[in-house]
Amino acid sequence: MNNTDKNDSFFDRLWKLFTSVKLSVALLLTLAVTSIIGTVIPQNQNPMLYQQKFGEVLYPIFEALSLFDMYNSWWFRLLISLLIVNILVCSIERLSSTWKLIFPEKLNFRADRFRKSPNRTEWIAEQSPEALKGVYGDYIIRHFRHSHIETDDTAGYLIFGEKGRWTRLGVYVVHLSILLLMVGALIGSIFGFEGYMNVPVGASENTILLRNSDQSMKLEFDIRCEDFTVSHYPSGMPKEYRSEIAIVDNGKTVLEKALRVNDPIHYAGISIFQSSYGKVPGDKFTVVFTDNASGMRVEKRAAIGEQIKLPADGGTLIIEDFTDNFSFRGHNIGPTFLSRLVEKSGTPQPLILPLDYPSFDKMRQGDYAISIEKIDYRYYTGLQIARDPGIPMVYAGFIALIIGCYITFFMFHQQICIELRPADGRTTVSVAGISPRNRPGIKTAIKRLARKLGKLTGQENKPV
Amino acid sequence: MITSASLLSVITFIYGLTLILYVIAWIFKKPVFGQLATGSMVAAALGNTAGIGLRWFESLQMGYGHAPLSNLYESLIFFSLTVAVIYLYLEYRYRIRVIGAVAALIPFLAMAYASLPSISSEIQPLIPALQSNWLIAHVMTCFFGYAAFALACGISLLYLAKSSYGDPQKGLMARVPDFSTLDELTHQMVTFGFLFLSVGIITGAVWANQAWGRYWGWDPKETWSLITWLVYATLLHARLMRGWEGKRIAYLSCLGFFAVLFTYFGVNLLPGLHSYQ
Ligand code: HEM
Repeated sequence: MNNTDKNDSFFDRLWKLFTSVKLSVALLLTLAVTSIIGTVIPQNQNPMLYQQKFGEVLYPIFEALSLFDMYNSWWFRLLISLLIVNILVCSIERLSSTWKLIFPEKLNFRADRFRKSPNRTEWIAEQSPEALKGVYGDYIIRHFRHSHIETDDTAGYLIFGEKGRWTRLGVYVVHLSILLLMVGALIGSIFGFEGYMNVPVGASENTILLRNSDQSMKLEFDIRCEDFTVSHYPSGMPKEYRSEIAIVDNGKTVLEKALRVNDPIHYAGISIFQSSYGKVPGDKFTVVFTDNASGMRVEKRAAIGEQIKLPADGGTLIIEDFTDNFSFRGHNIGPTFLSRLVEKSGTPQPLILPLDYPSFDKMRQGDYAISIEKIDYRYYTGLQIARDPGIPMVYAGFIALIIGCYITFFMFHQQICIELRPADGRTTVSVAGISPRNRPGIKTAIKRLARKLGKLTGQENKPV
Repeated sequence: MITSASLLSVITFIYGLTLILYVIAWIFKKPVFGQLATGSMVAAALGNTAGIGLRWFESLQMGYGHAPLSNLYESLIFFSLTVAVIYLYLEYRYRIRVIGAVAALIPFLAMAYASLPSISSEIQPLIPALQSNWLIAHVMTCFFGYAAFALACGISLLYLAKSSYGDPQKGLMARVPDFSTLDELTHQMVTFGFLFLSVGIITGAVWANQAWGRYWGWDPKETWSLITWLVYATLLHARLMRGWEGKRIAYLSCLGFFAVLFTYFGVNLLPGLHSYQ
């Protein structure tokens, strides 16, 4: 690498910054620490809640720092982008030299590098150096990718072996996996979507509400819910949520499947998940008119959209809509029917008929107080609908991450040297190994090799 | 008929006994104590395995039949077993017994915590979200990782204790392995844990994608597992590239295990999907 001097251009210095592992260590730690914020402050909630919780001083500051949606904030994305540039620059910088290391034009073995090795193991064998050279040489040739035997100046032999050069690529696999994950996530966030849809039993739907936005989207096909069931264990805990789903494409039923949690449906690149359920009022319910003067009750069965005649020909009531949560003067009054009352004399007026407050309509002080009872509910199934074209790349990243970590941590580049020196008709055998960055595994590998070699020639060499 | 709960509470005491034996073996040089300690650890691990098997059998008899890895109690029991197994492998491979004192303390504390009345040991059926084979893969890999990190932290603490001791060659500390061995063991445990934590996060992501349609959602438990992963990634880079070792690595390894503990327990104090209680 060129040495630093003042004349380095700005680009050179920037490049150098991004080749430094100091930067990666700093970035990794910064990401770890800042990620904590989003686990302490619940994300993506109603702004009103935040305002109440943090007050007038902190709220605008937190808001400006995007702390309420921090994992999508510009500064968090910047940190991740810096990491990516860091990995890329570093890999580009080093790959060519690593490559030369892995595929060297000429291997060179030098015995003196092994003599100082702390894992050097020595023992005395009864055989002659020549005999040992034959046996050990064969073994090394079979078990090491590269090997080389030479004669020593003291008429002994040196047997060299080397393997695992390629494992130096493991780190690049790991770093590539991180890039795959990031690119996959990016593809997902640009070309994918995620949303919800509620389908009442017996109905079809094709509009989904997108997550964290108030937009909706239309699918190219309809999703029909034939049936929905919840089953329970004897203890009352839920056992299974099950929706019988049919996909209707161009008027034809193309797929029918029981949808359950952990068992999604995939159709046309879109995945459908069982996510929630609830109840909607069924077709029929009972409207009760209570005479405010006499207290007398008149009941009529009705359905949404129907016109209902008031008792004694007093006009008509039309039930127009139903909502699970109705907000009345800032209070949630729960499930409520919205209706319109057209009295004989007078203009049509909207009426609110909350189920949980049957005497609510008394306030109006009309002739009759109107309330609603005996509703037939039916279930709706809550589906999560998602499309994520980034998934194959993310999964490829997962696999690369596992394989890369395994190679990096549990395999390593090793060079070994067996030295055979004649000693009064017998032979002093010494085995030593080196590995780049003094990988701890080399010690164990040499211990094993020594044991194995000893066995081949009938010595029990307990490493000293 | 002996129940898994009673068997496991006996095992808690065996881990306690193991701890005492390892401490005695550490203090007195007689090899017999060391052999007793190892035997006791093996017995505890076998009993622990039997307890998990029995619990599985009980759940089958109740008509649920799921692997006992589905709540806090069961995860603590499994965690204890993984610590014991990994330690026994280390002891066999490196022939070092002093670490056994730390290694027995971890499952003892975990099992004692599991037997607190506030932690339900009842066998519960699986709610729909947990009915997946990914549950088993996810929990097993995560806890293998956590166990390795716990041991790494224990060894790092030994390192720090030894290095702050007046003369590391005297007294109790003389029998603690030398600094380079402790350092190497910490590193081995961290790399092993890192691989398993990675696989644990990945299996969790695949499972989340199958159950909820997204592989990552920044829910607090997910985020904390990522934080843990980042801390250990920092440690690995500092060591492999910047040549850190010894004390600094020991501190980082303790910091990493703190993140593990928070992922495991602390997150229950925060809002989120992983209601593991
Ligand atoms: C999370 C994002 C990561 C970033 C930003 C990152 C960044 C870097 C950088 C900049 C280097 C030095 C440049 C090089 O030698 O290529 C490096 C080296 C290294 N990284 Fe990473 N890394 C990440 C994840 C990982 C993971 C998960 C592992 C675990 C296996 C890992 C293992 C290594 C190793 C072993 C080296 C040393 C390479 C060598 O021996 O030459 N990295 N990393």
